[in-house]
Amino acid sequence: MTGAKEPLMHIVKRDGVSLGRAMLVRLVALVFALLVCAAIIFGLTGMNPLNVYAGIWDGAVGTNRRMWVTFRDAAILLCVGFAVLPAFRMRFWNVGAEGQVLVGAMASAAIMIYGKNLPSWALYALCPVAGVAAGLIWGVIPAFFKARWNTNETLFTLMLNYIAMQLVSFAIVFWENPRGSNHVGLINSQGKEGWLPSIGTNSYLLPILIVLALMVGLYVYMQFSKQGYEIAVVGESENTAHYAGINVSRVIIRTMAISGGIGGLAGYLLATGVGHTISTGLAGGRGFTAIVVAWLGKLNPFAMLLVAFFLVFMEKGAIQIATQFSLNENASDILTGVILFFILGCEFFINYRIELRQHAREEVKA
Amino acid sequence: MNLIIVFLQKAIAQGIAILYGANGEIVTEKSGNLNLGVPGMMYMGGVAGLMGAFLYENSVENPVPFVGMLIALICALVCSGLGALIYSVLTISLRANQNVTGLALTTFGMGFGNFFGGSLSKLAGGVGQISTQATASAFRAKIPVLSTLPVVGEVLFSYGFLTYLFIVLTVVLSWFLYRTRKGLNLRAVGENAATADAAGVNVTAYKYLATLVGGMLAGLGGLYFVMEYTGGTWVNNGFGDRGWLAIALVIFARWRPLNAIWGSILFGGLYILYLYIPGLDRSMQEIFKALPYVVTIVVLVITSLRKKREDQPPMSLGLAYFREDRG
Amino acid sequence: MQSNAMIEMRGITKHFGSVVANENVDLTVRRGEILSVLGENGSGKTSLMNMLAGIYFPDAGHIYVEGREVVIRSPKDAFALGIGMIHQHFKLVDVLTAAENIILGLPGKLRLDMREVERDILRLTEKYGFEMDPHEKIYEMSVSQKQTVEIVKMLYRGANILILDEPTAVLTPQETDRLFQVLRNMRQQGHSIIIITHKLNEVLSLSDRVAVLRKGHSVGSIQTSEATEKSLTEMMVGRRVDLNIERPQPVNPRLKLKVRDVTVVNDEGREVLSHAAFEAYTGEILGVAGIAGSGQKELLEAIAGLQPLRSGSIEYTNRKGHVKELTRMTAEEIREIGIRLAFVPEDRLGMGLVASMGMTGNMMLRSYKRGRGFFSERKQPRSLAERIMRELDVVTPGVEWPVGRMSGGNVQKVLVGREIASSPQVLMVAYPVRGLDINSSHTIYRLLNEQKKNGSAVICVGEDLDVLLALCDRILVLADGHVSGTVDARDATKEQIGLMMTHHDAKEAQP
Repeated sequence: MTGAKEPLMHIVKRDGVSLGRAMLVRLVALVFALLVCAAIIFGLTGMNPLNVYAGIWDGAVGTNRRMWVTFRDAAILLCVGFAVLPAFRMRFWNVGAEGQVLVGAMASAAIMIYGKNLPSWALYALCPVAGVAAGLIWGVIPAFFKARWNTNETLFTLMLNYIAMQLVSFAIVFWENPRGSNHVGLINSQGKEGWLPSIGTNSYLLPILIVLALMVGLYVYMQFSKQGYEIAVVGESENTAHYAGINVSRVIIRTMAISGGIGGLAGYLLATGVGHTISTGLAGGRGFTAIVVAWLGKLNPFAMLLVAFFLVFMEKGAIQIATQFSLNENASDILTGVILFFILGCEFFINYRIELRQHAREEVKA
Repeated sequence: MNLIIVFLQKAIAQGIAILYGANGEIVTEKSGNLNLGVPGMMYMGGVAGLMGAFLYENSVENPVPFVGMLIALICALVCSGLGALIYSVLTISLRANQNVTGLALTTFGMGFGNFFGGSLSKLAGGVGQISTQATASAFRAKIPVLSTLPVVGEVLFSYGFLTYLFIVLTVVLSWFLYRTRKGLNLRAVGENAATADAAGVNVTAYKYLATLVGGMLAGLGGLYFVMEYTGGTWVNNGFGDRGWLAIALVIFARWRPLNAIWGSILFGGLYILYLYIPGLDRSMQEIFKALPYVVTIVVLVITSLRKKREDQPPMSLGLAYFREDRG
Repeated sequence: MQSNAMIEMRGITKHFGSVVANENVDLTVRRGEILSVLGENGSGKTSLMNMLAGIYFPDAGHIYVEGREVVIRSPKDAFALGIGMIHQHFKLVDVLTAAENIILGLPGKLRLDMREVERDILRLTEKYGFEMDPHEKIYEMSVSQKQTVEIVKMLYRGANILILDEPTAVLTPQETDRLFQVLRNMRQQGHSIIIITHKLNEVLSLSDRVAVLRKGHSVGSIQTSEATEKSLTEMMVGRRVDLNIERPQPVNPRLKLKVRDVTVVNDEGREVLSHAAFEAYTGEILGVAGIAGSGQKELLEAIAGLQPLRSGSIEYTNRKGHVKELTRMTAEEIREIGIRLAFVPEDRLGMGLVASMGMTGNMMLRSYKRGRGFFSERKQPRSLAERIMRELDVVTPGVEWPVGRMSGGNVQKVLVGREIASSPQVLMVAYPVRGLDINSSHTIYRLLNEQKKNGSAVICVGEDLDVLLALCDRILVLADGHVSGTVDARDATKEQIGLMMTHHDAKEAQP
């Protein structure tokens, strides 16, 4: 034997892993993430992390109202996640959901403001139509350039987010209330014209039901329809799609219309059912978080539901502990970030295996 | 005339923060990593530098500006470097998805910045509005004599040292990328990692180093903004969307550092143009603020129309490399 | 250990997941010899060599270079030992120049003096008689030029053990001869050369010794002078094989396709197919020969309605003798007027199939639009998938198992199976046996012959001239996008076709 230096271990790709094992790896990662978060909290505040986690639980689902808010916000985040889902299935990296949501919200708000005196059925019909249409247009623009000239969609949709924000700022100048405040405030706060109606006394339930219906519809569409099949083929390989006689440009544009439209729907829900206002921060980064939701949910609508709920749960909880212990609310972003790092990193241990060198073992025997 | 000088001055001042971020991202992308965490790393660098300077100034009677500056620089580099390190470990070693990891880093970094920036005064015992004037004065010190020259002095010599440092760094970076062996290796890694690997280039090391250096540059951009541009104070989310503009500038510059210099001035100019066009009402100002993004889209579309090979993003941008992948 | 051994590999084992690439393989390479590593596709030749080149790391085993045990952890380690490998898919960066690719990754002064580098390169190319422009960008080069860059790159690095993976797959017979001459020159100068191949005639004409692999195991090595095609095949396959390909006489050939003056322009505006003209008949197999990238792909795609034509016409004659013009039709429109045109493209997983889907999903590629409704039908594709799996012995855990994870031979069976399931009137196949072992290859030849007997017009693009000469009735030769002629496969020779592959103006197209 020579003194040749050998790598102690090397990395091997796994062939496939059972669902149970994969879930176990993710669970372990989550536990680690929570431990690290606890350490961070302790380091920053010196408080007992267990109390903090109790605070998180309390903040997210501690009261009836908080629980409903958590459910509703999870549904909204999930809805934005659905705005990237069809595009991602097609490997069209739509990072423009933020903008699609914003223009949708803006269009719905415009109807609420200018259509205040319409009959209420017309208002209820026009708001979602306008929201979806606006989001759809915002989604189709980059799709058109992608289909026609293969323009990079990641960067295009990213830029459109900020243009959408400026459009909203532009609109706010006309809609601000009171004048000069640069805020729109509650729209139609008196008569609640155009507001998403409550079911009984529960104003949270309707958006949740809408999103759940969307989830089932989207699942069926992606899984069983001809169009869903076309999306999967285009996502895998444009050449294969051409070969199969699929009109790739049409599929790209149609799918982004769906994605953008769902984004617009989320904007409609935000403007008429949650915030009852319009501002550049209305989407609140959900367009980006939605990408994380879609990715960690492996583009499966049902798995995405779990991820969205978990993220919103953590966020609500973190905001609660921030107020409770008078930290500032941005702490929740740090904790969310840490948890995401762990969950992203753990996928490695699902897809790969680290092996000790055989030689090393042989030498021990010899 | 005077107005134009002020405009140019402000445009350059605006542009520098973006330029740091953009050049950091160029280095990163040349290694095949698309790091959407630039905004986050800028926040991290900015707030860390500020905290370092703040703690220093509060712990001594008469803070020496130069010492404060060194501390701020080191803190900014270390902290943004750590951000880039998280990204690197996740995407390079653990092969996580680059887009998602970058976005997570941005969430984390912005939270980090706003958390510490916002609660800095509280953590330090309620001093109220934080200010690190001594340190900021070192960052803002202008070149003596030259800066007093009329016009030329105002436009060219009225900035703090980070501005000049960065012009120099950009030229060095350009030289490195196109005139050295290591630069050639780096470009090859981003184009085709398997080929670079087969040619004996240590792909992992290049990716790590490029991403770390890129993150540190972005952090310096954040520090520049905090120290020189706002004079050593912190406003939550005061950064705005400069981090994303930096990513836009990378495309605009077609991945060439020298293009980024004038591109950054153009972006800076477009960013503040609304302030200098007479007769704009508030609503039109908002529309003008979208200009940098519109211009980026136009450039993006034009490059995709021209299909020139040399103008395209690095070929393996966004892809993880695993040597033993078959096929 | 023999003193003249350059490389000794002992007990090398390598697994990929559950796939065994190499199991306990021994191999010796001597100083100044040309060694052929022979084996069927999938027998583990390339992965074994990748372990010498530092691309893969063995799970177990020992490697000795000049009698000293070494550990090769990366390509860099391999270069330090004088080992250089030229991969089948060239490892070159497209947007860089030849010279930049050659010096990539080498140590040296920080500052890069390209003029000095280019001088060194020119000295090297003169010594070995290569033709190469160091300034040229890789994406502007032809395949054989790229191969030259690869070889110069290895020589520049001082490699004295050169590994070439299937180097002739993309070359004409003439270019192959030139390459072999260069390799012999290098042997004379003391280099050891390993050439990975599955072509027996190349083994016999070039190498000094042959090492044979079968299913990841080493079968043994013999002196080339003691070997025959037959004995080598038996070593390779493990039993006696009938190498003859059946060729029934065409029965009642009738004109099926008439292609006239077809010109296709690629994205960059270059003519990749110029004024191509030929006819295809029922009941015959028309071979298409040419250097890789001579317009074969565009020709088939033009007929299939996947390439817009700049000029020309494509006419289809149906059973009753009616002529239909397909010229401006898309693939979809051709199917809609009831013409069953089957196409097995070169890029199986990137064009013919969807890698992440199972067999059922891939059957749907041809049928998902059937029926009126919004939803697609899945029962029929599933039963078709099950039938193909049964009839063609496709080895897969089930019809929902992703085809991208099947072996090359099974992938091809799925694709060909689907295409002939429609009993096509025209069947076009591109490189139908590339990457397949001998058994699977013969299955494919049998299927093509069946279609021929059923009265299809079969068009088969191939790279192995021996196979084309044995299988086809007529062979159409392409050279740089032009049809340089059509020959009768029963009396043409390889050399004749090889010449036509490079000179399209020598003989005008005369079908």
